[in-house]
Amino acid sequence: MTNTATLKLTEQNRPRVEQRRRLLRRLRRSGNVVVGVTILALIAALALLAPVISSYNPELMAPLDRLQPPSAAHLFGTDDFGRDVLTRVLFGAQISLVVGLVSVAVASVAGSLLGVVAGYTGGTTDSVIMRLIDVMLAFPSILLALVIVAILGRSLPNVMLAVGISTIPVYTRIVRGSTLSIKEADFILSARAIGAPSGRIMLRHILPNVIAPIIVVTTNGIAGAIISGAALSFLGLGAQPPTPEWGLMLSEGRNYLRQASWVTTYPGLAIMITVMAINLLGDGLRDVLDPRLRI
Amino acid sequence: MSQYLTKRFIQAIPTVLIVSILVFLMLHLIPGDPAEIFVGENVATPEMLEQIRERMGLNRPLHEQYLSYMANALQGNLGESLNSRRPVVDEILLRLPSTLELTVAAMLISTALGLGLGILAALNHNTIIDSAAMLLALVGISMPVYWSSLLLIVIFSVNLRWFPPIGQGGLDRLVLPALALGFLSAGSLARMVRSSMLEVLSQDYLLTARAKGLAQRAVIFRHTLRNALIPVITILGLTFGQLLGGAVITETIFARLGIGRMYVEGILNKDFTLVQGTTLFIALAYVVINIGIDLVYGYVDPRIHYD
Repeated sequence: MTNTATLKLTEQNRPRVEQRRRLLRRLRRSGNVVVGVTILALIAALALLAPVISSYNPELMAPLDRLQPPSAAHLFGTDDFGRDVLTRVLFGAQISLVVGLVSVAVASVAGSLLGVVAGYTGGTTDSVIMRLIDVMLAFPSILLALVIVAILGRSLPNVMLAVGISTIPVYTRIVRGSTLSIKEADFILSARAIGAPSGRIMLRHILPNVIAPIIVVTTNGIAGAIISGAALSFLGLGAQPPTPEWGLMLSEGRNYLRQASWVTTYPGLAIMITVMAINLLGDGLRDVLDPRLRI
Repeated sequence: MSQYLTKRFIQAIPTVLIVSILVFLMLHLIPGDPAEIFVGENVATPEMLEQIRERMGLNRPLHEQYLSYMANALQGNLGESLNSRRPVVDEILLRLPSTLELTVAAMLISTALGLGLGILAALNHNTIIDSAAMLLALVGISMPVYWSSLLLIVIFSVNLRWFPPIGQGGLDRLVLPALALGFLSAGSLARMVRSSMLEVLSQDYLLTARAKGLAQRAVIFRHTLRNALIPVITILGLTFGQLLGGAVITETIFARLGIGRMYVEGILNKDFTLVQGTTLFIALAYVVINIGIDLVYGYVDPRIHYD
């Protein structure tokens, strides 16, 4: 009896396991995914190993070493306070990756929940949620983030929250659209027929089925969040000195473009390479998971 | 058409109303006493604060305050800047031409680059030209505007000395900020044009056009591009928003006296009446621009009817 039951379960699981294996194979074959993941893994490793790789303190000033050009002692040179630019770029990677991940976590969780509730419930709830989303869309997202930081105050955690909130509409719209298209599907109707509560249907049946577009948008969203987070710090509204944040480093270095362009070159390159790697991964995931989103 | 326009404007009213309520509440959402925010850095006695509350109507119920804020706003009065003590509307109107000049120039650069790259890639599909164009687009998408701005200054001002690094007035001071801002959206536009062109290129009517012996140029410009541009126009609205957001950064870097820079300075200086007024203005402008783009959409694609 037990054996039969196990056999049945394995039989049922086989297509799913096979599907997963096929998906992994396609992901491994995608050049974009492989290149993106490799670069990102390298950046993450460098960020984590920053204290091991560099013996310099990213925040400690050394006035005697001020604005030194790149050399064996300072591969990326030093900034106007004599701090090692390479060390600050490495520690900056930790901050930027956290900003990207936290902002997108805020946006994707809140946005997806709003989207699935709006799409599944319909009626007044849907109208209210979508009106609010319209309001958020009445501003370019970076300006919305600026307004939120203006209200919450200047700090790095507030930047993450602001960037996250400002990108909620993207997720709400996509998840609502996908929810509308699958809520009449047979498996949802049968879940309703056996009396499953709405919350369970939304979380256990609908969300897992609209996950592909969410993953794609989330990946590209991390890239956007890193750019926006650094932009807010660049404008003086996010990380405050002496934090080794990439946007702040660019802002501080712009007074020395003539004498010491390396102070801005390396953090700029770091942002671009990180964002490019994430975008490559996002493009690869989109091609494999959700070709409809392809542009 | 006019019926559709009226409908769109009516549909936008709830959005604008909610935006106005939130903008009004901004001053109350900021932690602290609004009267103290008005005083700013100055030290104020409780009597002075009470006087300010009385003068600004902060003692009245919130809905009354909102109604009087809106009544003033509808008459073009968005209050006074806390810093300059000049009407916020005057400040906005003073800076508007500079931002418009920059945004329009950037839009032209972005459209030219985006269309050029996109068409080039689509016509050379799956060749090295296609890959190179798309790599360039990816770099464009991944390059933050504050980084490209600094690079342009280093290359064209510091090293080549072709253009002045900062300031405004004259075409030479517009080139670098417009290029930096233009690059911002050229990448995504190029990708959109490419995929849209590829989709149109596979349509039967293009086969017909070629079969009846039309020249390649006519096939591309008259039959492909016109149809491929339709979805591209929808993202022009988004592009405009992106450019407006990007203007905040470019104006700050290139020291241009535009709305974006004024907005950031307002936030940094805690000039909340200025921030409130400008936020309302930007939201309204954005809503109107999006309606305008919908109309252009219908003009380009005769299949769309405004009912």
